[in-house]
Amino acid sequence: MSFEPTTEWFLALAPEISLAILLVAIQVYNRVLPSSRQRQVGLMTAWGAFVILLITLGLWLFANVPGESADLSSTLMWGGMIRNDMVTLVFRVIFLFALMLTALFSVDTPRLQAVEFYALLILATIGFSLMAASSDLIMVYVALETASISSYILAGFFKNEDRSAEAGMKYFVYGAFATAVLLYGLSMIYGLTGQTGYYAIGAAVQQLPTPAEVLQTGDMQAFGILQDINGVLLIAAVAVVVGFGFKISAVPYHFWSPDVYEGSPTAFTAFVSTASKAAGFAVFIRIFTAGVFGPPGENNTWWVMLVAMTIITLTLGNLAAIYQRNLKRMLAYSSIAQAGYAMIGLVTLTQSGSGATMFYLLMYVFTNVAAFGIIVLVSNVSQSDQLEDFYGLNRRSPWLAMAMMIALLSLSGIPPTAGFFGKFFLFQATVQAGYWWLAAWGLLNAFVALYYYLTIIKYMYLYDSDQEKIAIPISLAAKIGLFVSTIAILILAIFASPAYEWTLQAAGAFYTLAGG
Amino acid sequence: MEFPFLSLIVFIPILTAIVILFLPKERGENARMLALSAMIFGLILALFVYFGYQIPEAGTPWADSLQFFEERSWIPGLGINYLVGVDGLSATLVLLTAFVGLGGVLISWSIPDRPREFFAFFMLLVAGVQGVFVAVDAFLLFFFYELAVLPMYVLIVIWGWKQTREYAAMKLTLYLLIGSFISFVAFLILYFQLPEQTFDLRVWSEYIFPLNVQLVLFLPLFIGFAVLGGIWPLHNWSPDGHVAAPTAVSMIHAGVLMKLGAYASLRVGLQILPDGTVYWMPFIILLSLVNVVYGSLIAMRQRDMKYLIGYSSVSHMGLVVMGMATLNMAGFIGAGVQMVSHGIMTALFFSVVGMVYDRAHTRDMDNLSGMSKVLPWAAVAFIVGGLVSMGMPGLSGFVAEFPIFMGVWQGNGMSYTGAFGLDPSRYYRWIAIIAIPSIVITAGYIMRAVGKVFFGEYDGEKWHDMRPVLAIDKITLLMFVAILIIIGVYPAVIVPMVSSGVAPIVERLQDAQQAATILDSVQIGASNLLSLLGGA
Repeated sequence: MSFEPTTEWFLALAPEISLAILLVAIQVYNRVLPSSRQRQVGLMTAWGAFVILLITLGLWLFANVPGESADLSSTLMWGGMIRNDMVTLVFRVIFLFALMLTALFSVDTPRLQAVEFYALLILATIGFSLMAASSDLIMVYVALETASISSYILAGFFKNEDRSAEAGMKYFVYGAFATAVLLYGLSMIYGLTGQTGYYAIGAAVQQLPTPAEVLQTGDMQAFGILQDINGVLLIAAVAVVVGFGFKISAVPYHFWSPDVYEGSPTAFTAFVSTASKAAGFAVFIRIFTAGVFGPPGENNTWWVMLVAMTIITLTLGNLAAIYQRNLKRMLAYSSIAQAGYAMIGLVTLTQSGSGATMFYLLMYVFTNVAAFGIIVLVSNVSQSDQLEDFYGLNRRSPWLAMAMMIALLSLSGIPPTAGFFGKFFLFQATVQAGYWWLAAWGLLNAFVALYYYLTIIKYMYLYDSDQEKIAIPISLAAKIGLFVSTIAILILAIFASPAYEWTLQAAGAFYTLAGG
Repeated sequence: MEFPFLSLIVFIPILTAIVILFLPKERGENARMLALSAMIFGLILALFVYFGYQIPEAGTPWADSLQFFEERSWIPGLGINYLVGVDGLSATLVLLTAFVGLGGVLISWSIPDRPREFFAFFMLLVAGVQGVFVAVDAFLLFFFYELAVLPMYVLIVIWGWKQTREYAAMKLTLYLLIGSFISFVAFLILYFQLPEQTFDLRVWSEYIFPLNVQLVLFLPLFIGFAVLGGIWPLHNWSPDGHVAAPTAVSMIHAGVLMKLGAYASLRVGLQILPDGTVYWMPFIILLSLVNVVYGSLIAMRQRDMKYLIGYSSVSHMGLVVMGMATLNMAGFIGAGVQMVSHGIMTALFFSVVGMVYDRAHTRDMDNLSGMSKVLPWAAVAFIVGGLVSMGMPGLSGFVAEFPIFMGVWQGNGMSYTGAFGLDPSRYYRWIAIIAIPSIVITAGYIMRAVGKVFFGEYDGEKWHDMRPVLAIDKITLLMFVAILIIIGVYPAVIVPMVSSGVAPIVERLQDAQQAATILDSVQIGASNLLSLLGGA
């Protein structure tokens, strides 16, 4: 493998490089703008994200970057640091949509009309994007830190507000701790194999004999050593699960998320609940399918652990959400449960399962950002985010209520929304892999979740509010954001097939290498 | 490409709903005109489909009996396609839905609160229901099934009866969705048993699943849908839902939606798992017997007119399941006709109750009396509905109930061991003997209601809000009464259609029964069950 940077290598990083340029550009733009027109910075971020999205998709469609091939030699770039394959592409699209929609929804919150907010959002996006692309322990760690540190600041962006400051602090303390544990695990993997690339590690781990083989030789000392190695690998696996389980807010690493989601600026909550989760999943699937902890499959201890986490995540998220009176907190718990669904696809460790997870994450971006975006719009008027603010929303702003209803239906998986298909693809992949009980458990939970989603719909359509006459002002930017996300929810439902085939094809990149 | 009748029947209401939502607020009046024209157009199309359906020769397999067929690719990777078509039974039910939908729009003509939203959701509900009846792809069927449940929730919770609407709407939605989820998991497990993965029901209806799979998965598959059909002991959502819903929604709900459950369990449960059906039906007929008898006894005790009709629905839907459980042609024809007859009859009942309630502001039968003096149309309509419900000859109820009881009495004449060691040849006659008196009970509660509400002293001072029945309401009542009488007097208008629709299913079931009788192999132990669950 040559270390001379080629054009191809730079093309592979084109979206991230463009994001970095956008990052500089908005700072310059901010300087030349009069202070009364700071809102333009947010709009520029949204436009920039849109253009970069076009660049990313254009490169794929017209320049074949990344190519169809999932072959290691043609996709590993920058000395094996990143892998530019279809998976990377899917996740980049997810992150860029998240960035664009978040920017559109945040431009009208006066306190967020500052260049720092958007600069940090872009920086976090770069981090997430690199996380999804990286195929090396060092790279993934650096990307993770880039994303995380920006996120900590964003969570505490309303520094004069206690809850926001608390959110930032809490996020930082939890995050720093989880990252430390992760780093500890990564150092063990390095110590065992002497490698940092996922696939090099995978190959090294592959060469380990099975305990049964060693026992046959009768060499008890070798057997002891092998058991030690497997033990250390397991500890490393647990550490990695802690580090990225924190990112996807899987139970029991979810404790930060309700507080952080509630305290942070709502626009950032929309971003962190979708992009950050997706990035965590990207890394998870890459590491586990590369065979870093042994060939992927259900005879691994970490697999059992992941399944247990999935089951608990689903249940706890949904049950806790029922009792919330603060809408952001309710959606925080709901997003914990949604992570549980995506984990169902992860633990199947099949191509269709991973493809379904990616489809789920893609539709989840539109759904959840739309839901939080509407909260932003409503709380810009009411200055709070209690459920009571949504009473009678249908009479105040019927279109807003309609969009919220579509988002909630998509979250609960009722047709004709993308959520229905997201869940359907997940469950069919799960049943196909033979875990029908996991699918049944997921469906049972969908039914619990339906209760509180329907309750919100009831509040919007049935209950009265004393502010009924006051319509909620929606700026053009927010209208575009709502339109894009709502239409995407419906389009991903009615034309689910191309999107699903796309993610399914991308998921092939995980598995062409598994075990090899 | 033929004229897409069925797609239009499904998508015109959806388009209408979207157009209605885009109407400006002050032009809410136009919503009802739009809804009415959509329903009239739908009815015309449905009539076209019904009378244009060429009844196939006996012995035609189900896949060939489908007409007005349309096919489009949807999610080819998973074997999901947009396939719609009708057989005799579904064409009949499409027509039923079109009638009840039209009646629903007419009855809610002057709904005061947010008419735009009301009609938009109502259109979605009709579209979902029609979609289930015409779907030939199982995924499409589930899709429309769940699409129908959500508007139900919103319609009940916003326009329902203030005292119970929140509770009843949530209960209804959760019951129905958990039912469909259970069916769905069972369905997915079956899907991966197929040699080639597809949701095309034509393939499913010809494939024979392994015996063990059929025996284990039939129950979840059937019961999940039967919840919507109101099967005991999972019927609990239905009276509450009927009572809380606004008139038009009660009509659709009892008139059509419960048929949806029966239809889906027939199409997806009975048709694709004949051995499972033959094994479980001797047990399920017992549940339906409870429905029939217990439902009518509870109805006897009600004071609220809507609860009375709600429980009578439970009782009558029990007859539908009972008809299916006979496993013979007579029973199935009876079940099919009962679906239509009961659909129209309950729609009629609920519209009359709605009229009475709008004027008297109470549904308590002990408080009402002498209504025939001011609402003669409503009184006559209610009495006709009551006679149908008792199975009076010359009305549609007789055409439906007589074959069902005949089918039960006749049994299937074969002796084999079904679920829990039940042998149908031994006790089906006893079931008929126990079930038939329910007609007497029905007569009892209907007579009681008619006597209390419509006859007796009319107290002119107590009822000051007594407007006469509107012309538009009269049209609705007339339409329903006419259908009930036409079916009763001239059953040939419906029976050949229904019988051609159920014949392929009955044939499959007959074969399965033969197999069960010859081998008496249908014995499944706990160990067998467990081994299957482990291996699935």
